Amino acid sequence: MVSAFIHEHFVPFQANVNDPAQRTAFRRFGALWTPSVVILNSDGEERFRIEGFLPTREFHAQLHLALARIVAARKRWADAEPLYARIADEFSDTFAAPQALYWRGVAGYQGRRDKTALKAMAVEMKQRYPNDEWAIRAAVWLPE
Amino acid sequence: MSVQWMNDADAALAAAKASKKAVLLDFTAAPT
Repeated sequence: MVSAFIHEHFVPFQANVNDPAQRTAFRRFGALWTPSVVILNSDGEERFRIEGFLPTREFHAQLHLALARIVAARKRWADAEPLYARIADEFSDTFAAPQALYWRGVAGYQGRRDKTALKAMAVEMKQRYPNDEWAIRAAVWLPE
Repeated sequence: MSVQWMNDADAALAAAKASKKAVLLDFTAAPT
């Protein structure tokens, strides 16, 4: 399932630290630890990094975050917002969900210059993920 | 279905540019 998703959306490359011929890739892309996954956009620019092991579902959710990040980094906010919304809905049980909610709010604000998107996001995060670090980051927009 | 990994980084970057796909670089210590 995740492997099909990877082939649909990514060109997969693997380097193994136990193979001396592949260690140059660790230095080239700044991999400090295994497992690490680095996501580049199609122009080869780094956009996302996952360090340390994750269970399959968490990893799948992180890959969705990476794809949304690539779109957001191009300032295609109207396209990024529904990608983040989908992650928040479909992966609501993962660590990616509060981060997706945060960025959904940011994309809504950036795309429409609508500050209510940030306030609504902060309120929703406080309700759904009150102890998450992303809720703490969003707390600045909570209504007084 | 298992992932068909490439082992040539430059080839992977070229394939990504041609296909307009992102690149997933996996750094592993799995036994070879």
